[in-house]
Amino acid sequence: MNLHAVQIPFHPFVLPFTIGLIFLVFYIVGKWIYWVSQFSWEDKKKIIRGFFSLKTPQAIWEVFMESLLHRKVFRRNALLGYMHMSLAFGWFLLIVFGNLETRFFTHGRINPPYIPIFFEFFEHDLTSLDYGRFFTFTMDLLLLFVLSGVGLAYFKRFRSKPLGMKNTTKHSTIDRLALTALWLIFPLRLLAESVTAGLYDAGGFITNSIGTFMMTFLPIQHFYYPSWWAYSIALGAFFVFIPFTRYMHIPTEILLIFLRKYGIVEKAIHSTYTQVELSSCSRCGICIDACQLGSDLGIVSTQSTYLIKSIRYDQPTEKLIDSCMACTRCDQLCPVGIDIASIRANERKMIQLFQENSYKYINGYEYKKAKVAYFAGCMGHLTPSVYKATLALFKKAGVDYNFIDRDGSICCGRPLQLAGQEDAAKQLIEKNIKLIENCGATVLVTSCPICAKVFTDSYKLKIPIYHHSQYLLMLAKEKKLKFEKSDLQITYHDPCELGRGLGVYDEPRELLGMAGKLIESANSRENSLCCGGSLGITNISHEQRNTIASITLSELAADKADVVATACPLCKKTFKSASENVRIADISEIMLDAVQENANKIQSEFVQEKEIETIHN
Amino acid sequence: MVNFGYTTLPTHIHDMDKADLGLADSISFEDSSFNLCIACGSCTSTCTAGAFTNFSFRQMCHQIKRGENSQAIAESEKCMLCGKCTLACPRNVNTRNIIRLVRKANQTI
Repeated sequence: MNLHAVQIPFHPFVLPFTIGLIFLVFYIVGKWIYWVSQFSWEDKKKIIRGFFSLKTPQAIWEVFMESLLHRKVFRRNALLGYMHMSLAFGWFLLIVFGNLETRFFTHGRINPPYIPIFFEFFEHDLTSLDYGRFFTFTMDLLLLFVLSGVGLAYFKRFRSKPLGMKNTTKHSTIDRLALTALWLIFPLRLLAESVTAGLYDAGGFITNSIGTFMMTFLPIQHFYYPSWWAYSIALGAFFVFIPFTRYMHIPTEILLIFLRKYGIVEKAIHSTYTQVELSSCSRCGICIDACQLGSDLGIVSTQSTYLIKSIRYDQPTEKLIDSCMACTRCDQLCPVGIDIASIRANERKMIQLFQENSYKYINGYEYKKAKVAYFAGCMGHLTPSVYKATLALFKKAGVDYNFIDRDGSICCGRPLQLAGQEDAAKQLIEKNIKLIENCGATVLVTSCPICAKVFTDSYKLKIPIYHHSQYLLMLAKEKKLKFEKSDLQITYHDPCELGRGLGVYDEPRELLGMAGKLIESANSRENSLCCGGSLGITNISHEQRNTIASITLSELAADKADVVATACPLCKKTFKSASENVRIADISEIMLDAVQENANKIQSEFVQEKEIETIHN
Repeated sequence: MVNFGYTTLPTHIHDMDKADLGLADSISFEDSSFNLCIACGSCTSTCTAGAFTNFSFRQMCHQIKRGENSQAIAESEKCMLCGKCTLACPRNVNTRNIIRLVRKANQTI
């Protein structure tokens, strides 16, 4: 066939591929235009402003790093990262090189898209042309690169553990069909190119050797057309499957990265951005392993990937929406960066169980006047040792504080928010804002990360809000508190709401470092485990909570720490009920022990609390 | 401060044969920990909402078990879902879940 002629070569077998590609391109372009047109006017302004700024090249760089190289998956597991990279980046390079090759050999002519894909069919022997050997070698090498990923993907179906995944997603039938098509594409390409290379003694180092080898015992001339047809059908089928399956994440993730860079975020209800996020989920299943409901309790059918899937296609069940501790571990690990926590929270908001005037009984109540307001919160009141220690430290530092909710408070509203009861939470938040503003404080310190989270996110107070670990560190830095370092081995447990919720990781560690030697557990900071006491879930039993608590605690105490330090009264309470032989103490208690004049007294808060408990019993 | 309810209640005759135990049955089915309650009152004594009003989780459970569903549902609305009672309960009743189930019953009725 003379490629230099103006006539463009054609063969009917390219039709399945071409039809599939045309369908896919139209679908994606249409969908993208639809999505962008559905955004609110503010979001559209953000997109336009962002488009003509440095954010666009930044987004392109991120697309390269995440969608092609899969940096985040690499961080999770090198083999898993390689599998995704070889498929995505390898395929991308095949397309780029295939196009370069075709343009080169057709002297820069613009070709229909099927020409680069099936180039070896139309031009059997490239090796005789200039640079032919270079191109055939590169294309074979790239094909081998992609095939190594496909091989790993086959292997992952049977044994996923070496790729760092204990549980993999249970896919629906259409996803499996699309997966089969994807898995067939590259082996079929290898077959078609090898057969061609064998028949014409052409091709690169792989296709040529396989082709010549097959020639010795197979009548490969009969495979010639069927193999090219099969390759084209597999490609076409995969393209047609993309919009209806998880593979929609391939085009959508690119859009998502741009939108996120332009500053678009999840709203208080589902928005167009949610639609984009739902379609960006690749159902890789990394969130399944991240979830302690799965690893500790064996509940492996309610994780974020399943929730996202069911919101995308139909109505999620109540069990699916409710079965989540809201620890947001999966948020941190999601390689696509989907704001799963907000999607689930918005889904929970669909059912409002409380009425508008649920809390009209709270009247004529006031918090105490204070300069530095200390708020123990509901959970703080259940663990008196925490607030006693904190206030003792305040006294030592000479802080002009007042315990504003000593005689009880109204709930901060966060537990209601976690249960999706936004209307009810708003009532409590409004009442609490007034009460806190009336007490005239300049600083608000709380012992409870759950309260701290909602104070920071939803209260819009004009005064700074600190968790007691942050405030105590400030006092220590101002030299108002002096601690004596002992050889106490401390493991710190990051509470979900304080760590992932508010991003407070360093302050508690710095503070504890002044009291003893800090040991990091296997899962700390962003990956820290939930204590199991979570207010985000209601449908697990006490026994199940205890199981989670003991597994988390055994990991924390694994390094033979003398004490497990917590910064959350709820975590402390939950851990306590799970174990009696590990010492669990709040940061404030450990710091009180370490205050210079207390340091030489051999008096553990652990013993003190045991005494309190016996008195109570 | 509100009395916890350890006072003598007025005479109250209740015909259990005619009582509507549908809500009680559905709650026990959804969360069996509902049946573990020994009415000790720990939940009520620790209750954040109970500090302002006479809301009592213990009493609400009684009402459900007696079939006084409308009173129970009206009471349940006062709860702030803070979860202190769950931690205080010696029988490990999943109190927050039970409140949610009662509130859900309100929607379906």
